[in-house]
Amino acid sequence: MANFGGGLEKRIRLTRRQSVGVTVICTFLGAAGQVLIKLGAAQLGGSTSPVAMITNPLLLGGYVLYGLMTVLFVLALRDEELSILYPIIALTYVWVTGLSVWLFRETFNLAKGVGVATIVAGVSILGWGSEK
Amino acid sequence: MTGTPVSSMLLVLVASFVGSFGAVFLKSGASRLRFNLKHLVTNYPLALGVGLFLLSSYFFVLGVRRGELSVLYPLVSLGYVWTMLWSRLFFGERLTRSKCAGLLLILAGIAFIGLGARR
Repeated sequence: MANFGGGLEKRIRLTRRQSVGVTVICTFLGAAGQVLIKLGAAQLGGSTSPVAMITNPLLLGGYVLYGLMTVLFVLALRDEELSILYPIIALTYVWVTGLSVWLFRETFNLAKGVGVATIVAGVSILGWGSEK
Repeated sequence: MTGTPVSSMLLVLVASFVGSFGAVFLKSGASRLRFNLKHLVTNYPLALGVGLFLLSSYFFVLGVRRGELSVLYPLVSLGYVWTMLWSRLFFGERLTRSKCAGLLLILAGIAFIGLGARR
């Protein structure tokens, strides 16, 4: 493919903070995807028909969000260490716990509260503590 | 105590292991990412990474169908430990104190959420 502009590849490089931010967005998408897949699975009932699994709009929405999440995560990984970004994906647990209480009326208890707070603390240390 | 079948534990453990390699290949694909069609369709590490993630979620779904999340979640979260090790081993990333502290807190947090989800 033609490369106009003299050979040197110019591209936008993400700073550490930007890569971390993109990964956090990934966790929103992943949590929303999980909710859609849960709703879609409920809609299917006990059906295990592969056709139903790829034509159900809720499930499809979930897959699309997962796909989008993967694309964004790869973009974040281009410029940042895997050992910083991958654990941040654990924030998904935090959003899913909240969404499950809100949408599916699951119980919220002390253990979940401690878990959510501890994950947020861990991700904060990873995201901010590893400044170059 | 209802107990958690060993088969479920093994399935989520395999899922965590396969998923950690998914992350390794995504990273390796991401490092050589170029935005033209030829490079994208021949970026095999990227395709392999996505494939391993799909495989991992298949094992995960099979695994969490039975058993207690308070037992299974900590096993799933071992995937973060494997990935940290592979990052050091394959990409020479440094394991700093803040990475290890952050990882430990995340593991503890996931274990607590699993405890809170006792059925």
